[in-house]
Amino acid sequence: MALIDLANPTRFLALASRVLPWLAAVTAIVFAYGLYRVAYAPDDYQQGATVKIMFLHVPSAWLAMMGWGLMTVAALGTLVWRHPLADVAVKAAAPIGAAFTFICLVTGSLWGRPMWGTYWVWDARLTSVLVLFLLYLGMLALYWTADDPNRAARAAAILALVGAVNIPIIKFSVDWWNTLHQPASVVRMDGPAIDPTILVPLLVMALAFTLLFFTLHIAAMRNEILRRRVRSMRMMQAANA
Amino acid sequence: MSLGPHASFIVVAYIATALVVAGLLIWIVRDYAVQRRILSDLESRGIKRRSQREDRV
Repeated sequence: MALIDLANPTRFLALASRVLPWLAAVTAIVFAYGLYRVAYAPDDYQQGATVKIMFLHVPSAWLAMMGWGLMTVAALGTLVWRHPLADVAVKAAAPIGAAFTFICLVTGSLWGRPMWGTYWVWDARLTSVLVLFLLYLGMLALYWTADDPNRAARAAAILALVGAVNIPIIKFSVDWWNTLHQPASVVRMDGPAIDPTILVPLLVMALAFTLLFFTLHIAAMRNEILRRRVRSMRMMQAANA
Repeated sequence: MSLGPHASFIVVAYIATALVVAGLLIWIVRDYAVQRRILSDLESRGIKRRSQREDRV
């Protein structure tokens, strides 16, 4: 099957039904292994056991940005090819991305209180992630309040592209400005600065969260396709009445 | 496994994450059931999408 074939909603539904049970099972297994590794990961020499919050915070931060990146690519599909599945992908990713950004903010605050002495500071990294969360909420509000799905799709695609400017700001905020938030310690030009005893559980948890994101996204896309079919059938019903 | 002096922050972080993920899962699973039920109801009443109609050109 060519990749372009998946751009057909009916084929996507058939594939989703086949893939989702396996994807959910693999996600659960990787999560179980990741949590096992987290439980037996050593304490950090500075953070102590509080480093365990990083196994949630770092993957959710990555996925918060990846979610918007996915929406940006899909937004191009909406604006350039006007493909309905592209808008389905944007709409389905918004609540999931918002949830992971919320997890990132909450776990970051819970780590910051014992480590920094405060739940929140208005530094560039924290503020730009808060802006990302507000952008996600804006995207959700746009879909919830729009009467015309086609106009909503175009507006959402434009918002996704405009909001994409914030992603490099989040990534490089710790380099461009003086921030309380520490600089990158995994994705660095000279390799990770974390000991393998902590890095490996972190990467396993990142894989688990990524699998969870895609499982939820495919399931949410399936729901959205069905919702649009319901809308289409109700319009046919109204037209024939 | 000892969680040290900041155990409450660690436990709350994991509980909050579990609640958010569980909320997402429940919402998506329930939404799927709702959409399937509405679709079945419409189909049982003989309503078809435009692409399913036999008289389309």
